[in-house]
Amino acid sequence: MSVTGSRRTLTGWGRTAPTMARVVTPTSVDDVVDAVRCGGDRGVIGRGLGRSYGDAAQNAGGVVVDLTRLDAVHQVDQGAATVEVAAGVSLDRLMRRLLPLGLWIPVLPGTRQVTVGGAIAADVHGKNHHLDGSFGAHVASLDLVTADGAVRRCEPDGPEADLFWATVGGMGLTGFVVRAVLRLHRVESAYFAVDTERARDLDDLMDRLDRDDAAYPYSVAWFDSVATGRRLGRAVITRGRSARVDELPPGLRGDPLRFDAPRLGTVPPGLPGGLLNRLSARAFNEVWFRKAPEQRRGEIQKITRFFHPLDVVAEWNRGYGPRGFCQYQFVVPFGAEDALHAAVRRIAGSGHVSCLNVLKRFGPGDPAPLSFPTAGWTLAVDIPVGPGLAGLFDALDELVLDAGGRVYLAKDARLSAATLAQMYPRLDDFRAVRARVDPDGLFRSDLARRLAL
Amino acid sequence: MIDALGTPQSLLLLGGTSDIAVAIATEYARRRPLRVVVAARPSSRRDDTAATLEAAGCTVEALDFEATRPETHRAVVEQAAADGDIDIAVVAHGILGDPEQAWTDPAAAIQLAEVNYVSPVACGVALATQVRRQGHGVIVALSSVAGERARRSNFAYGSTKAGMDAFYSGLGTALREHGGRVLVVRPGFVRSKMTEGLDTPPLSTTPEAVARAVVEGVASGAELIWVPKPMRWVMTVVRHLPRPVFRRLPF
Repeated sequence: MSVTGSRRTLTGWGRTAPTMARVVTPTSVDDVVDAVRCGGDRGVIGRGLGRSYGDAAQNAGGVVVDLTRLDAVHQVDQGAATVEVAAGVSLDRLMRRLLPLGLWIPVLPGTRQVTVGGAIAADVHGKNHHLDGSFGAHVASLDLVTADGAVRRCEPDGPEADLFWATVGGMGLTGFVVRAVLRLHRVESAYFAVDTERARDLDDLMDRLDRDDAAYPYSVAWFDSVATGRRLGRAVITRGRSARVDELPPGLRGDPLRFDAPRLGTVPPGLPGGLLNRLSARAFNEVWFRKAPEQRRGEIQKITRFFHPLDVVAEWNRGYGPRGFCQYQFVVPFGAEDALHAAVRRIAGSGHVSCLNVLKRFGPGDPAPLSFPTAGWTLAVDIPVGPGLAGLFDALDELVLDAGGRVYLAKDARLSAATLAQMYPRLDDFRAVRARVDPDGLFRSDLARRLAL
Repeated sequence: MIDALGTPQSLLLLGGTSDIAVAIATEYARRRPLRVVVAARPSSRRDDTAATLEAAGCTVEALDFEATRPETHRAVVEQAAADGDIDIAVVAHGILGDPEQAWTDPAAAIQLAEVNYVSPVACGVALATQVRRQGHGVIVALSSVAGERARRSNFAYGSTKAGMDAFYSGLGTALREHGGRVLVVRPGFVRSKMTEGLDTPPLSTTPEAVARAVVEGVASGAELIWVPKPMRWVMTVVRHLPRPVFRRLPF
């Protein structure tokens, strides 16, 4: 490993707030231990595939440890349906390895281009959160390189349970995850049986999701973030489950576990800002709503279409232009539907535009003090950076906070430390674990500095 | 850290009682209270500035800063960074001086050069060290359109601004590979305490307008801005006027 590393400007997926760090790229756990020792006074932080939207995997003036070379899939136990991996492996690579064996990664976020370590650090969730919880719930054990250079094995209910749960959702601030054992699901095919329906407005949308979400392992809704008035929150709901072989069209039955993930292209660099504007966003939202069927049942869809439509285009974040974009994702508890209404009204009426608008019901949260999901409604919008956006997000913060909700740190790039502390009442539990394993605060990121974690 | 929307957590004002510096701090504080270090001569004006910013929710630290003693600038910057990163540093100090004295009286000329050029350069070097250490940060340098082409009426002042403008423009390029940025601001005539009693020419502006332009410039990643914006095009024309025509301009 090059201990000196190379100086690089880094941003998150939103391409905002670039800062400079020395990037080192270990190729073994020993290298990672060395990296801990070369931290210096600005500290170290791990980085995977850089899909956190904000500044979670940046460390201005310090060391960023690129863990993507630790990408081995060590051992698959088909009988027990578990896999042991090096934490830098991407979910994409892992899926390609597991799917032919009829094994399925139990929690998939909106992209497969994240590492297992990153998925743990952000405690990512997927369309099945309402039934299966978030990523941390499926981790049987993890190995963590802590500030003292020790490799600690942590399990959810073992002697290091508090360190395990501080690491889950801990945004990389407890140490470097270098290895993990995941519990897997079993599938018959790489396809999904999907029901699609449209909801005419936000109330209709919430009613439909409330009524029978439990019948579907996977559920998500896209909503129109531009339409106002009677059509506020009109939406397309897609819900499904893993398809059985006998449900597939005959042509697919011969090779039901084939993983078909085409790459249609790459968005070029240097696109100007403003491509996503009120006009284009209105058109997109209109088309997206109208192209969905009123109702369709049991359609067989492949993974990319159902789970990861955005993975089909590489570097799609460039489309937002030079100033980048922010994703705002929050959750408010069930019962706070008024706050959700107010938030959607606020967004739709703000003049800021978004095309990737997601609404979903979350199931109960896990014991991790900084984990984002809690039982309730989660909503996400992607908005290009422009004048006035800070005001909109601050107003949304207030709504969310009043409703007892919170925003997602893996998406955040602009929250204030004071608001964060109110949104995550168990922050002190997290800090206590950190103070124990990293008393000098060696693990540090721009996010940690910004939010005084 | 400066967040994705350009909102900083800390601000260092060198020449912290200048109207523009105070307006910038006020503009940021209005968005979100932050830590402000006011580096200026001890004065009741500095106390007032601190009190105003504290009332706006800011954490304020006052540091003694003497522009005529550039050898002390490094210590001031280090002191300002002792409690955390300097997200944005504003180099706002400067004097207008008496334009006729400034080219006839050696002491006046030297003082103008020291306060408006030597001191900003010393500050820039100290700030650059800090930016390189922390891997991020924006330096806002308050230049002037007077530096773009020396006019008879205030060419000595203009020459100091031309010098500091060139230094900070270059510094911006040098700091890019260290994660830092420099925003050079060229205001036209600003109605402030520095220009009190002078005739107000066309396209004059206010400290508040400069502050808003700075906040927007920092957020958008700009490296050079004019305030008001049309001044850019005016100066483009002025720069290219033939000398005989330029000499006859009324200002």
